[in-house]
Amino acid sequence: MRKKVIFRGAVLPYLLLLPQMAVTLVFFFWPAGMTVWQSMQREDAFGLRTEFVAFENFLDLFTDAIYLNAAWNTVVFSTSVAALALGSALFLAVQADKQIRGSGLYKTLLVWPYAVAPALAAVLWLFIFHPSIGLVGRGFSAIGIDWDYRVNGGQAMAMVIVAAAWKQVSYNFIFFLAGLQSIPTSVLEAAAIDGARPMRRFWTVVFPLLSPTAFFLLVVNLVYAFFDTFGVIHALTRGGPGNATETLIYKVYVDGVQNLNFGSSAAQSAVLMAIVIALTAIQFRFIERRVHY
Amino acid sequence: MASLDIQGVTKSFGATKVLHGIDLAVADGEMVVIVGASGCGKSTLLRIVAGLETPTGGKVLIEGRDVTPLEPADRDIAMVFQTYALYPHMSVFDNMAYGLKIRGLPKAEIRARVQEAADLLSIGQLLERKPRQLSGGQRQRVAMGRAIVRHPKLFLFDEPLSNLDAKLRVQMRAEIRRLQKRLSVTSLFVTHDQVEAMTLGDRLVVMHEGRAAQIGTPMEVWSRPADTYVASFIGSPAMNFLPATLTEGGAAARLAGGAVWRFTDGARPGGDGRAVTLGIRPEHLLADGADGLPLAIELAEPMGSETVVHGRLPDGTALTARLPGGVPGEGLRVAPELPALHVFDAEGGRRLDPA
Repeated sequence: MRKKVIFRGAVLPYLLLLPQMAVTLVFFFWPAGMTVWQSMQREDAFGLRTEFVAFENFLDLFTDAIYLNAAWNTVVFSTSVAALALGSALFLAVQADKQIRGSGLYKTLLVWPYAVAPALAAVLWLFIFHPSIGLVGRGFSAIGIDWDYRVNGGQAMAMVIVAAAWKQVSYNFIFFLAGLQSIPTSVLEAAAIDGARPMRRFWTVVFPLLSPTAFFLLVVNLVYAFFDTFGVIHALTRGGPGNATETLIYKVYVDGVQNLNFGSSAAQSAVLMAIVIALTAIQFRFIERRVHY
Repeated sequence: MASLDIQGVTKSFGATKVLHGIDLAVADGEMVVIVGASGCGKSTLLRIVAGLETPTGGKVLIEGRDVTPLEPADRDIAMVFQTYALYPHMSVFDNMAYGLKIRGLPKAEIRARVQEAADLLSIGQLLERKPRQLSGGQRQRVAMGRAIVRHPKLFLFDEPLSNLDAKLRVQMRAEIRRLQKRLSVTSLFVTHDQVEAMTLGDRLVVMHEGRAAQIGTPMEVWSRPADTYVASFIGSPAMNFLPATLTEGGAAARLAGGAVWRFTDGARPGGDGRAVTLGIRPEHLLADGADGLPLAIELAEPMGSETVVHGRLPDGTALTARLPGGVPGEGLRVAPELPALHVFDAEGGRRLDPA
């Protein structure tokens, strides 16, 4: 039980809240407010004049084919990363959950990728997929696939998806394994006696019992794919070839830092902010409803 | 409904042998209770019958068919677990219908069967609930219902009552017995509770360290225990054991304190001087002022109609007596009902019957 403290007067409680409020204001609300403010400005090419344009930046965005392409890339990229990372993590966790020899080592090794910095991970994958020096890249060429992610946009996308998903598998794996181990053995045995074969057991008993975990991970993975994959994309493809692997977060960087188009970049940031808020709201709203027990 | 045959089943976990060859034949419609202290291998035996464990040696036959290599799913059995093992994400109805859905029964029949079982167990009003919304007793009933709807060849119970409070346990015990009789399903019931074992079983298997120490009806096991382990395990308070030696050519035994108790059913083999253990149940000791043994009372537990007296004989042997009436006064002397005396070999503890 938490003890309820009753303050005399209102000054002390506000004083105690002040540091936290200050941090939140300075590092979240202020930059967020600045972003929204800037998203309604337009600067000339030399940075001499700034004019207020209201929602024009946003209108420009939503009619810009390149931006819409980036949005589509993001959808493809994020859902693929989430699906691949969740699917492989679940598969690996189910394997690890079986009583196998050396499972401790297996689990430890599976957790390692999470400790690898995104840029390093990207370099690792670069060495694997590089068309002339990469093992897999050369293997593809050897079996007659015309592999060059520097030219082929689809191949580039596939590569950043694999690299980004690989990083997230460890995290998902830990949660899935914990979820699996919290399912009582007797429930699975009861299902076996009720006549359910392993596959059926998995889909009718194990998976539903894992669904709260899976849903939580889905949101976390989407957020990761949206916002935390800049490093991977930057190190592997820099958004190319063309704009084939340019996602929304990458475009914010390109437009704001490289092209110095602050107004548009800020408007894009504001859109991303809205997406995060929406995802978080979904998370909070559904996570409780989906819990079965 | 079917018969069950367990033939020479052994089980080892690595170098540890937990079952040393169990043979048991359960007749159609019979309820056999496997009872023993924890670690005696009773749950392992049940899990082997269920197919959840593979025996190291021996065979399991259901209805004469060897099911040893079969998966649990193919054995047509139902099991009630100690933890109930209900599917937490399914309603009571779905919990009970799960096995039937897997077998692809028509919807109408599933509904009818579940309804029938629910009525039988009076949980008809709970069908839409989730397991977490149920009390312990209700969960227990659902677990039973899930077993009943399947119309299995065999019911297996793995200590299903041990998570219930005392009052509910007695009630469910009676209910399980009534249901089992009514449905006349061949059943195997595992418990560590000797009262459950005595009241539920047509026959008991008393297990001790991976062996069946005795198989028999509850009264057989109670009145003619095969060894000192069974004798001490079945009956409450536990049987008293007194070291003694045979005398008068095996027709009587001399206690360590010098008293001589004469057997009423004939002489034991082995001749004078053979070391034996005498067993006498607390309820077979009588307060006898004349030629009984003096019992120094250490603790008296009045139960109302009777009193359980724990004390020591002059030679220091502990003895428990169940005497009618209130707490006895000083100078208590007790004597055995000689026809109720059990004689065991001091070495190995096997029962010694008249030659």
